[in-house]
Amino acid sequence: MSKVKKITKNQLFLPVFCMFLVLCANIIYDVAHGSPFYNFFAVSITNGMLQGRLINILNRGSEIAILAIGMTLVVSASAGTDISVGSVMSLCASVCCVLLAGAAAPQATELAVPLIVGVLGGLLIGCVCGAFNGFLVANLSIQPMVATLILWSAARAIGLLICNDLIVYVRNDTFAVIGGYVGIVPTPIIIAAACVVITTLVLKKTAMGLYIQSVGINKKASRIAGLNSQRIIFLCYVLCGLCAGIAGIVGASRITSADSNNIGLNYELDAILAVALGGNSLGGGKFNLIGSIIGAYTIQAITTTMYNMGVSAAVTPVFKAIVVIVIVAIQAPPVRAFFKKLSAKKGVVNA
Amino acid sequence: MKKKLALMLVAAMTMATVVGCGGGSEDAAPAAAETETEAPADTAAAETEAPADTEAEAPAADGELIRVGFAQVGHESDWRTAATQSAQTVFSAENGYELSFVDCDNDSAAQLDAVRNFIQQDMDYIIIDPIVSTGWDAVLTECEDAGIPVVVIDRTIDDSDKYVSWVGSDFKVEGLACGEWLAAYAKAKGISEINALVIEGSTGASATIGRTDGFKEIADREGWTILDSQDGDFTEAGGQEVMESYCQSYAGQFNVVICQNDNEAYGAMTAMDAAGVTYGVDGDVIIVSFDSNKPAVQLVLDGKLNATFECNPLAAPTVDEVIKQLAAGETPEKEIYMAEAWLASEDIVPSITVNGEEQPIIHVTEDVLANRAY
Repeated sequence: MSKVKKITKNQLFLPVFCMFLVLCANIIYDVAHGSPFYNFFAVSITNGMLQGRLINILNRGSEIAILAIGMTLVVSASAGTDISVGSVMSLCASVCCVLLAGAAAPQATELAVPLIVGVLGGLLIGCVCGAFNGFLVANLSIQPMVATLILWSAARAIGLLICNDLIVYVRNDTFAVIGGYVGIVPTPIIIAAACVVITTLVLKKTAMGLYIQSVGINKKASRIAGLNSQRIIFLCYVLCGLCAGIAGIVGASRITSADSNNIGLNYELDAILAVALGGNSLGGGKFNLIGSIIGAYTIQAITTTMYNMGVSAAVTPVFKAIVVIVIVAIQAPPVRAFFKKLSAKKGVVNA
Repeated sequence: MKKKLALMLVAAMTMATVVGCGGGSEDAAPAAAETETEAPADTAAAETEAPADTEAEAPAADGELIRVGFAQVGHESDWRTAATQSAQTVFSAENGYELSFVDCDNDSAAQLDAVRNFIQQDMDYIIIDPIVSTGWDAVLTECEDAGIPVVVIDRTIDDSDKYVSWVGSDFKVEGLACGEWLAAYAKAKGISEINALVIEGSTGASATIGRTDGFKEIADREGWTILDSQDGDFTEAGGQEVMESYCQSYAGQFNVVICQNDNEAYGAMTAMDAAGVTYGVDGDVIIVSFDSNKPAVQLVLDGKLNATFECNPLAAPTVDEVIKQLAAGETPEKEIYMAEAWLASEDIVPSITVNGEEQPIIHVTEDVLANRAY
């Protein structure tokens, strides 16, 4: 009993449980349609590459997972969300592709500069955007949503400007690797995993995680305690911008082009949702990074489930919304209290 | 205090006006520049065009240019750029026109402004590619009052009929042509069973609806199975994700993929490459696309795409005909559909019959590719 309680009390229990529920829906669907129950979970190596729905979830969910890392830090430190990440993704993708295409834009097959230059260029722009947001929030104390609203509308437009309003194609195999495969594993999975591992290590092995949470819980008290609150918030936004840059380059590499109008469109909402689904408070303070990552993959699991079930494109958003409402409701404090009471009663009856 | 507030308000309003005007003049500047370069000498405005036939036949000869205002959507794709270039070539000074071109950058308010500007400048004809389909009645009434005929191209206007003609594509015919070609192609190749997967465009877009309906009509007639039809959002990423999912859901079950635009086809190809599905002329799966941008036609030439069905952006020559008809005192048709080309990789199906009309299938060669305008 105490073991079960220990598990259910864990902050990660509910996010994992919800993801499990989403995946279970597929088992029911598959069995009902006469396919083997493991159909959804089957992973195979076809054509020398890992294939399967689970791999799709991990692969396609990479961008949201990477964004969720930055978003978690920003939410924790500043008690606000960075709504510019989707647009910044698009801008970074544009900068990267324009650099790589060089004079051959908008139809390039050869890289004009080494791949690393393009990638670093894109990441640098991401950091600059993050620094801009961070400056507004940390130094000018502007509300995070208002501050990031500027780049939310401007970054995509700047990207379009850079690309001269065209889709810049970089049809190059080296560039395609970032969004393609390394050996048998999809590269985005590796990139997302690396980002998660590095961030977790930095947060755990240094005092950074503690600092961010303490600034988020009480900015003034942290400052009095000797922390440079401003700098920590600023840093969180720069990291968030960097994450957006990474996600943008992955997104561009998948389609070997910079489709400024569509890359990262509405991703900021998914990233915020991922943080919330992970059981994190959007009010700042304590956070659980792994929760956000699970939240990110849950969102992708819902999308992939819709594809699996062949839900018509027009009604997909409705189903998604229903699932999200259920997940968020399960985690709401009154509902949790209700279940607690219920199980307590049961305990009494059993005794 | 109150005085200060009032002062600040006035200052703010002045600023806003200045900024607003700045934006406006920026838009107008290139148009003005264009006008000057295209007709350096002739600035005299031709008053309301008398429907004299000499005017239409040899307008350049008597030195009087027909002034045309064109409010374009923007320049978001190669397709749009091709449409703009087509207008600039057709409505040139050599052809007896003076074109005022305004690129509205997908801003519908700017487009309304542009049209009102054309009215003020007393243009002879106004061409609009409407960014949005509603909210046009007031400004079109103004055009009518000013006696300026309006020609609408490409996208439609739904809440007003105060224009002379609409010139654009019949998306359903594109879908029908795709179906008819597939039927003929399957017959020629001896493919008895068609299991098709459709990657649709954005939900609700007129192109999506027309192409889906057209193809489905033929599919029903021929008894084909449409395994699935999902939204790829007209983007490469969308096409890729949908196709990736299809490859798992329907592994080994499908032999046709219909992509409702070129970009979705590019994405679908990457996804099929990853899944180890072969496509195109030498592959197991027949793949076709719509729009026919140059990169897609190149893929048809390479045999990676089996066929591509054009959505013709070159409306200007047809608009030119409409204007000539108007000048001659005739009444042009309200809805004019443009001629569109169907391009295939193999020279197997010479022609198809769409709506009882025989239409050629163009076999793509180096020459065909080189002659494509976009």
